[in-house]
Amino acid sequence: METILEFLVAAFLVTAGIFGIVGSYGLIKLNDQMSRLHAPTKATTLGVGGVLLASMLHAAAFEKYFSYHELMITLFLFLTAPITANFIAKVHIHREETRDTMPEAGGDDHWATHDTPEDEERRHAAQTPPEED
Amino acid sequence: MKLIWRLFPHPFLTLLLTLTWLLMVNRWSLNSLVFGFLLGVVIPFVTQPYWPNRPNLRRPLKIAEYILVVLMDIIQANIIVARIVLFKPNADRRPNWITIPLELKTPEAITALAGTITMTPGTLSADVSDEGHALLVHCLDAPNPDAVRDEIKQRYERRLMEIFE
Repeated sequence: METILEFLVAAFLVTAGIFGIVGSYGLIKLNDQMSRLHAPTKATTLGVGGVLLASMLHAAAFEKYFSYHELMITLFLFLTAPITANFIAKVHIHREETRDTMPEAGGDDHWATHDTPEDEERRHAAQTPPEED
Repeated sequence: MKLIWRLFPHPFLTLLLTLTWLLMVNRWSLNSLVFGFLLGVVIPFVTQPYWPNRPNLRRPLKIAEYILVVLMDIIQANIIVARIVLFKPNADRRPNWITIPLELKTPEAITALAGTITMTPGTLSADVSDEGHALLVHCLDAPNPDAVRDEIKQRYERRLMEIFE
């Protein structure tokens, strides 16, 4: 029984390591900026997830207590990783793209990153009906 | 009744903070429960001006189902992305922007959808349109962008609609 559990912990660690390496390799291999952003966000999910699972399993199986704060690490990662990715994507849109190179913004005029104070004023004026004298 | 709302402006946040504290302490004891609850009462009360509206959770139990679906997708899609990174030459890959028209209205729901899209590998939410009616998503490899869009709408947006609206 102990051996099986040990194998399981090792398997989780190895899988996590593989996904971590693939994530880092993706950073070198992928050839455009936006695609490169995909690689690290992936390493955080399964790469870190595997280590945390292994840690919880190890605590429960060999150290005779249940450990939960790994769940918190997962939660905080899931809260922060999309935000950093989003900010890097926004920087890319700011520096490399213009309104014309971007795809259509659904029914709206443009994407929020390209918004200017003039746009905001225009929207505001459209929403509030003109005052009557 | 009014006094209770005053004291607990965000009951969900109170519950969540208590639970977070318990999990952080990592060992069950009455002490940490009481202290966690104390934090859960004080923090929402003090930060109340920043949260004028209470998010409207219509079916909180559906959240569990949603989390399970997303976790399964993350594992599956991680393998797909690893395959793309390792074996697909850059010339064959079709990176693509796709626009997802949004039916969700509340900012909480749209944030949850954007976060989900980023965490599920292969797609990355990059921007929202100026009036919040569309989401810009970048795909690592999407020969057929319409299929990706429909899948996101079907799998995630529909479920979030049930939870939030």
